Amino acid sequence: MSAPDHAEGHGHAHGGAAHGSFKGYLIGFVLSVILTAIPFWLVMSGAIDNKQATAIVIMAFAVVQIVVHMVFFLHMKTASEGGWSMLALIFTLILVVIVLTGSLWVMYHLNANMMPGLHDMREMP
Amino acid sequence: MDSIATTAGTEPVFHLEEEHVHAEGSSTMLGFWLYLMSDCLIFAMLFAAYGVLGANYAAGPAPKDLFDLDLVAVNTTMLLLSSITYGFAMLTMDKGRVAATQAWLAVTGLFGLAFLSIELYEFAHMIHEGATPQRSAFLSSFFTLVGTHGLHVTFGIVWLVTLMTQVARFGLIEANRRRVMCLSMFWHFLDVVWIGVFTFVYLMGMLR
Repeated sequence: MSAPDHAEGHGHAHGGAAHGSFKGYLIGFVLSVILTAIPFWLVMSGAIDNKQATAIVIMAFAVVQIVVHMVFFLHMKTASEGGWSMLALIFTLILVVIVLTGSLWVMYHLNANMMPGLHDMREMP
Repeated sequence: MDSIATTAGTEPVFHLEEEHVHAEGSSTMLGFWLYLMSDCLIFAMLFAAYGVLGANYAAGPAPKDLFDLDLVAVNTTMLLLSSITYGFAMLTMDKGRVAATQAWLAVTGLFGLAFLSIELYEFAHMIHEGATPQRSAFLSSFFTLVGTHGLHVTFGIVWLVTLMTQVARFGLIEANRRRVMCLSMFWHFLDVVWIGVFTFVYLMGMLR
């Protein structure tokens, strides 16, 4: 039986110093300052004339910044906790996408298709 | 534990051998991550509600009449700064420096308080102008979403003060290090949610 070996082998496997370095935090911070400043500047100055284009650009910036935070601040790696945290994250993202796109899609079409045609108040008795 | 290991050869003990593999608290990080993911779903619901209701002003004030982007920019800066100071707290904790860790945690808490104060000032200003949560569907969903985030920050600060007291009393023992790491995930996660809030609520609200 090799019980002492077990204890040694796993004692510091999980709780090691695998949470970031000064350089990592600094890179993450500088990146997120840039990724925050640009969308604020875009909206405040109105640099892009087209509002829809501006909206798409600032949403893209938000997605990139979320990834930056995940990598440099939350230290997400595909291997952390034996891959289970990544699996939980992917599962959550799928649910979030279903909730967001589903709600917006259904409600948008509800407004567009049902309000004027089917219930026209002028035809009410 | 050792007594079990030495007698394992003579007695048929099968399942207890597993317990050596997992140190106390080794699964806390994964469990806390799962909690954060469930929290993420709560925020997804609130974002969806805001996305559906956010354009219904009921002839009341619209985002353009209410939001002050300069204020939001300052607010965002506070939260970003608190994120990197928490990172410094983690780094000093790794080196085992108690006083420096406490100092960085205190700085993080102050930035959190600054964020909350600015948010409460904004809310008070809006309510003073008659833009209360019951004014329109837009304002109901706005106050629910942003307020829930603010409540999370509030509880994060309560947790931070509790932890600082724990570290002051017991030092950077293994249990306290684990707690500081959990709060680190919580704090950075709130920053991630705020990215969604300032993009989806404030910036895109001003575009409408």
